[in-house]
Amino acid sequence: MSAPAKKLPKADLEAQAERLRAVWANPTGWRYWTTVNNTQIGLWYASTAFAFMLFAGVLALIVRAQLAVPDNDLVSADFYNQAFTLHGTVMMFLFAVPIFEAVAIFLLPPMLGARELPFPRLGAFGFWSFFLGGTFVCGSIFFNAAPSSGWFMYPPLATDKELSGIGADIWLLGLSFIEVASIAAAVELIVGIMKCRAPGMRINLMPLFAWYLLIVAGMILFAFPPLIAGDILFEMQRMFDWPFFDPARGGDPLLWQHLFWIFGHPEVYIIFLPAIALMAMIVPTFSQRPIVGYSWIVLAAVGTGFLSFGLWVHHMFATGLPQISLAFFSAASEAVAIPTAVQIFVFIATMLAGRVIFSTPMLFGTGGIAIFILGGLTGVMVALAPFDWQAHDTYFVVAHLHYVLIGGMLFPVIAGIYYYYPLIDAKHLSDRMGRSAFWLMFVGFNVAFFPMHLAGLRGMPRRVFTYPADVGWDWMNLLSTVGAFVLAFGVLVVVVDILRPKHRQNRGEQNPWNAGTLEWISEPEENWGVRSIPHVESRYPLWDQKNLARDVNDGRFYLPDAEEGRREGLITSVLDGDPMQVLRVGGTSYVAIFSAVSLGAAFIALTFHWWIATAVSAIVCFCAILYWLWTGTAEIPEKPAKDVGLGLTLPLYASGPASVGWWAMFITMVGDSTAFASLVFGYFFYWTIHPDFTAGIAGPGMPWPMTSAVLFLTAWAATFAARQLNARGFVAGMRIVLLLGLMLTLVASAAGFAGPWSHGMDPTAHVYPAIVWVLVIWVLAHAAVGAVMQAYCLARSFAGRLTPVYDMDIRNIALYWHFMAITAAIAFAVIGLFPEAV
Amino acid sequence: MVWRFLPPQVESLWTLFTAPVVWAIHFLICYVGAAVFCAKPGLFDVDFGAVRAGIAFATLLALSAILLAGILAWRQWGFGAGDPPHDDPTRHDRGLFQGFATLLLAGLSFIAVIMTALPALFVTGCLR
Repeated sequence: MSAPAKKLPKADLEAQAERLRAVWANPTGWRYWTTVNNTQIGLWYASTAFAFMLFAGVLALIVRAQLAVPDNDLVSADFYNQAFTLHGTVMMFLFAVPIFEAVAIFLLPPMLGARELPFPRLGAFGFWSFFLGGTFVCGSIFFNAAPSSGWFMYPPLATDKELSGIGADIWLLGLSFIEVASIAAAVELIVGIMKCRAPGMRINLMPLFAWYLLIVAGMILFAFPPLIAGDILFEMQRMFDWPFFDPARGGDPLLWQHLFWIFGHPEVYIIFLPAIALMAMIVPTFSQRPIVGYSWIVLAAVGTGFLSFGLWVHHMFATGLPQISLAFFSAASEAVAIPTAVQIFVFIATMLAGRVIFSTPMLFGTGGIAIFILGGLTGVMVALAPFDWQAHDTYFVVAHLHYVLIGGMLFPVIAGIYYYYPLIDAKHLSDRMGRSAFWLMFVGFNVAFFPMHLAGLRGMPRRVFTYPADVGWDWMNLLSTVGAFVLAFGVLVVVVDILRPKHRQNRGEQNPWNAGTLEWISEPEENWGVRSIPHVESRYPLWDQKNLARDVNDGRFYLPDAEEGRREGLITSVLDGDPMQVLRVGGTSYVAIFSAVSLGAAFIALTFHWWIATAVSAIVCFCAILYWLWTGTAEIPEKPAKDVGLGLTLPLYASGPASVGWWAMFITMVGDSTAFASLVFGYFFYWTIHPDFTAGIAGPGMPWPMTSAVLFLTAWAATFAARQLNARGFVAGMRIVLLLGLMLTLVASAAGFAGPWSHGMDPTAHVYPAIVWVLVIWVLAHAAVGAVMQAYCLARSFAGRLTPVYDMDIRNIALYWHFMAITAAIAFAVIGLFPEAV
Repeated sequence: MVWRFLPPQVESLWTLFTAPVVWAIHFLICYVGAAVFCAKPGLFDVDFGAVRAGIAFATLLALSAILLAGILAWRQWGFGAGDPPHDDPTRHDRGLFQGFATLLLAGLSFIAVIMTALPALFVTGCLR
């Protein structure tokens, strides 16, 4: 089955290629921007993120220029605050995380031997959301309206409307919008890596990049939702004066710190692991041998992924938490050094075992790792609470975090650009310019950031706008400023190298570095990813499988044709990569960009409290998404199965856990549940900090929450029963039960609302009613979505798009309802029973 | 043999994460337990010694669970039969890879659980 098929005559091959080319072609003219192809989306995504990085870099230069000499007045204090806040925010949210979503969207399909990721339109939606949200956040500084409270937005400064202005709202809403895009990317990547690998690519043969990205996407799922929950609480306080972080009314600013850093620390590893993943692809190529210790890398990726969630309080060592708490986090912060070091030793071992070619990518990679190790060592220092108390909020921490992030992320990214550039247009970047850029950046970086350790130890606090001349910080700051400009000059050389015209350069070889992994098969001129989907038998197929590239390009493997004019890829099993299904993915469409623009409009209008515009945009977005689902998902194929080549026939439709849609729902709901868990955490957090957390205020009582919970569970049972009835062919019964479920959902929601409403709970009076209301609203919002889903399935059934055989829709909404039932049960048990129990 | 009493082998990607999940649960129990005790010392009418004993107990449980996960992983690795790199395109090698990687993760989690528990050995009160 795995041997290539016989080669077809030339005319047939050309006809096949022509059909494939037509199916995967980008639209022309201005419609080009509606494409959803992973290559274009990945490139746009990466270019946008890179442009945001340059913008934030310029902000950093302004910051450095201001600090170059004591008592400087180059910029005003307020502008300085905006500049450093936006610098941190943009680097973390608009560059470091998105660039890897971008690289993954661009690289993963060819690397896995797939044609596309499973949800290309979702990828396009994510990109446009990111583009709009990012432009909105960045643009604010030109209107003197940028956030100015530091990139982690601590209350009470950032909740004070006088002191923080509209910038804080722009931060909260702009970034929430982008977080949605990140979670969309995580869903896309997890399902893509688990289900869309080429046949034969078992998990022990998967490229390490994919292993890393799988772990990182999983981390996004658990790290971003707590921040979304925090953003909700924060914005409720700013917009409607609900006192979540106001101690005078029972709130606590520390809750924000917890929620922010539960996100913020894993984020550091969300940034770092994909960079190391690039190194795991580059190092074997330039050592010309397989990686030493493949399993150890998997250990490191998974281990770091988990341990990174046990570190968040080390950002809060100076907040007065019990010492035993600090010690747990200190211990975990030390433990994470183990898996981190394992990866670096694996790279060193691979280089020792092979014959290293010191190319430009290797230069950036190894230089970056050297810098990262220094940052890691200062990390071990600040992980110790007593040392941290001395270094906290000083330039020592600024030095530490830049060593870690620039060494662990920026340098590997540039290594990746030099390494993968030939995949974009089959041309090379200049080796000479690359090497000059490296040395400028390497030297500039160390000159800029090493003195900051010393300035910090001499007591220079971070974020000061200027400093007096006689405290002994002046020469260090001048040196840092000089170094920063040298570093920036190095980056400029890279930018020039990327942008300079290369049309006089000849087309390079397909695989210029003689790499072993599949992405080097894909031809930059073609949009189809791979000409035919190969059968993989090695970790480095291009090294081990003779003539693979030729056979793939001769269309001798799976799906070499597009007879029905559809974009098709293969779904394979998670563990062994056995072919299971032909997946038809969405093609070019306005709907993704339209949904993103309308959602963006809703967020932006909300920032300025333009309520009508917000409502209109939200309704437009809702309709756009419904249209998207109705026309573009769960399509019933014209035939049940098709021949994919090599004597294999696969089904064109799958539902339940065998389908990618079910997994996407499952993954989304795991993230959603994490956000819900964060809100519940908030509820109990308030309980721990007060002797009586209700402050004597009436709660929602027991009867209404319990009634609502029971009704929601009944609605869930009805939805589940509808799914079963449909599967058994009782279509009329399914419709009746589903309608019943829909009505139960509405009644249950009313009962849920009645609890806090009938007891006159005023959310602005105290944090207790506020947190109860937030939990209730969370459930009601989910119930609204659940009701729409029930109605949608009814409509699909009447329209003949949902049948007992083709039942993807109802299986997916039943899955949603499992989560819905758990959410409602927990929320109402907490608000209804807990106050009675204590 | 004692191996007969082990549960049958599961074919799943998720077994890879068993030991780190145990670490995460243990970490949460230690942190939440101590935090709640320190915030509301009167709640259960116990002293800090009880918190430390509880952490010790949770640690023993966690270490046993990780040990079991490690033994199962060792079995999946064929009791150490085939050395890495486990890169043959066969179901057999895929299983060996899973077993070996799971075993490595069990080792890391074992150490990480001990490190998490160490503070309870040295810290004798909420605030000192």
